[in-house]
Amino acid sequence: MLQAVTLSCRRGERRLFSDLTIKVEPGTLLAVVGENGSGKTSLLRIFSSLLPPDEGSILWDGEDIHQLKELYSGQLTYIGHLNGIKDDLTPLENVMSAINLTGEACSRTAAQEALEAIGLKRPVHRLPSKVLSQGQKRRVALARLWLSTRPLWLLDEPFTSLDAASTGVVTQRLHAHLQRGGLAVIVTHQEVDLPVERVQRLRLTG
Amino acid sequence: MSVNWSKYSAPMAFYPLAGRLIPWFACVAVALMGVGLYMGFFVAPTDFQQGEAYRIIFVHVPAAWMSMFLYVVMAVWAGIGLGLNARLSFMMAQAIAPTGAMFTFLALLTGAMWGKPTWGAWWVWDARLTSELILLFQYAGVMLLRTSIDDMRRADRSSAVFALVGVVNVPIIYFSVQWWNTLHQGASVSMSTGSKMAATMLTAMLLMTLAFWLYSVAVILSRVRCIIVERESLPVWEEEPPVIQKVAEVR
Amino acid sequence: MSRSSMWEAVGGIVRRDLLLAMRRRSDAAMSVFFLVIVVSLFPLGVGPEPAVLRTIGPGVLWVAALLACLLSLARVFTADYVDGTLEQMVLVPQPLAVLVVGKVFAHWVISGLPIVLLSPLLGLQFGLSGESLGVLVMSLLLGTPTLSMIGTIGAALVLGVRGSGLLVALLVLPLYVPVLIFGAGAVTGSMAGIGAEANLSLLGACLVLSLFLAPWATAAALRIALE
Repeated sequence: MLQAVTLSCRRGERRLFSDLTIKVEPGTLLAVVGENGSGKTSLLRIFSSLLPPDEGSILWDGEDIHQLKELYSGQLTYIGHLNGIKDDLTPLENVMSAINLTGEACSRTAAQEALEAIGLKRPVHRLPSKVLSQGQKRRVALARLWLSTRPLWLLDEPFTSLDAASTGVVTQRLHAHLQRGGLAVIVTHQEVDLPVERVQRLRLTG
Repeated sequence: MSVNWSKYSAPMAFYPLAGRLIPWFACVAVALMGVGLYMGFFVAPTDFQQGEAYRIIFVHVPAAWMSMFLYVVMAVWAGIGLGLNARLSFMMAQAIAPTGAMFTFLALLTGAMWGKPTWGAWWVWDARLTSELILLFQYAGVMLLRTSIDDMRRADRSSAVFALVGVVNVPIIYFSVQWWNTLHQGASVSMSTGSKMAATMLTAMLLMTLAFWLYSVAVILSRVRCIIVERESLPVWEEEPPVIQKVAEVR
Repeated sequence: MSRSSMWEAVGGIVRRDLLLAMRRRSDAAMSVFFLVIVVSLFPLGVGPEPAVLRTIGPGVLWVAALLACLLSLARVFTADYVDGTLEQMVLVPQPLAVLVVGKVFAHWVISGLPIVLLSPLLGLQFGLSGESLGVLVMSLLLGTPTLSMIGTIGAALVLGVRGSGLLVALLVLPLYVPVLIFGAGAVTGSMAGIGAEANLSLLGACLVLSLFLAPWATAAALRIALE
């Protein structure tokens, strides 16, 4: 279970949000919505432990994530608004090195299956990523979701530059993750097509 | 009679306290500096080898001590800031840097002034002088890094990390330059004034050090006050209405 | 997390960075070219007198190697920072400092090792004797990893900061002083016949010290840069 307790965040002079308390239960998703600059991404980065909150804390199963440190990192998969892929590497190499980085082994077949699951065909796997379109690059980044065994997913605008079909595939993957008892926090400005009882919406007003 | 010190760790509470302390430190600093300079320039005996020129050490040595001491103090505040995430500590570190750099520069300047009549050269690659020069570069690095980063929080923390790295580096540099010097055998000039220093000389030097220290405290505290005003966007006039009123009455 | 997964992560970083360097060989070649050009400028400026060149040789070679290392620093984290890989690195369940060691090692193989391998050739240009050339290689072999370790602290501190290229030089060069002194000192010492062992051991000590301390500072700086 993921909890935010009396969080507040300032960026420079601006107060983005304060006294924010919210709870995400296993099997549910928190969709953070709001205008540009309302602090959605900052909130997600606070959840990921990249950004320390100005006040308040994040609890994972009741323990402060800044105490848990690497133990908490081992619980989450974070895909920010930057894709984290290298232009000089092929999609296949990108997926494999991203998984290797987390300290897990990743076979070539597993990576290929993940890329196919998100709709990238075999010939594309061997092209350098710099020739891919924005949507294809986003899909390379999201392919990690098919290899992730982590209970908590933190996704920043996962559907940006994706076509309707890919959006559907990613939503299905999210649904499967929630059904297995996983948690997710996503930042989005789109409606998420998931059963109502699984989705909690948080609107930041800035 | 217990004082709640933690109260003053908040910048807003520290602001008036610093304001009350500054005049005391400043006055005592001026008084001690007067006595120290008088003793150094008029009371202390003339050196039989170096004549009157040696008297610059009453500024040089205390300045060099302060430059190193202040760097360590800055690093300690930086470390406390990083460890406890205390804003006031970062402000202290920020306020110390210019004063420390000033003393480093003063030490280098007086070193050159002393060096010319004594060794016949403005600059020698002596271990202490070279370390002092590198120390000046490190002060400059800390200040430049801070001003280059727009985000205040990151500026604080990044320059704190650099200050801490530097504190490990300075002794290594001192040792390495000394090593290098013995290898080259060139400028084997020692800046130490020997153990048979007259008691008056020692007293004058210690007085000057104390004066510089008190001066630093006064300057640093007033700089911290400026930083607090700047950062907390605190209107200055709200904080000190009595002063303005007094001026009005005098008129 | 277990020890094996830590090696998996560090190995993954080293493999990926070396692969990237293979794809962009010109990047690695650049610091070597820089070294050659800088070193070649000195005889043109000072004059071709062999005795003079031999005297300044160790210092020139070491300063040039140091500047070449400095110039390559911008590459260590910038690409990772811009494309988001750095965020992923920080959020990995291994200690960040250990991953930093992997990064630095890969960086050294790409930009430090070529310098070491090329140095005897450049030493010949300055009329260094056979034994001194050996000491030069040895000193660079011990010294350049230290330069990479220290340099990455600076590189991490200035990530995404305006004017970072010049700033990193101002931050890092003062920290390079001891390595320069011991490195050039080793070569000078061997030429003067007083032996290089002491200087080389001190270089080794610097390497060990930087290996233990620098990754922590770099890790802290990276976390700060990503906040």
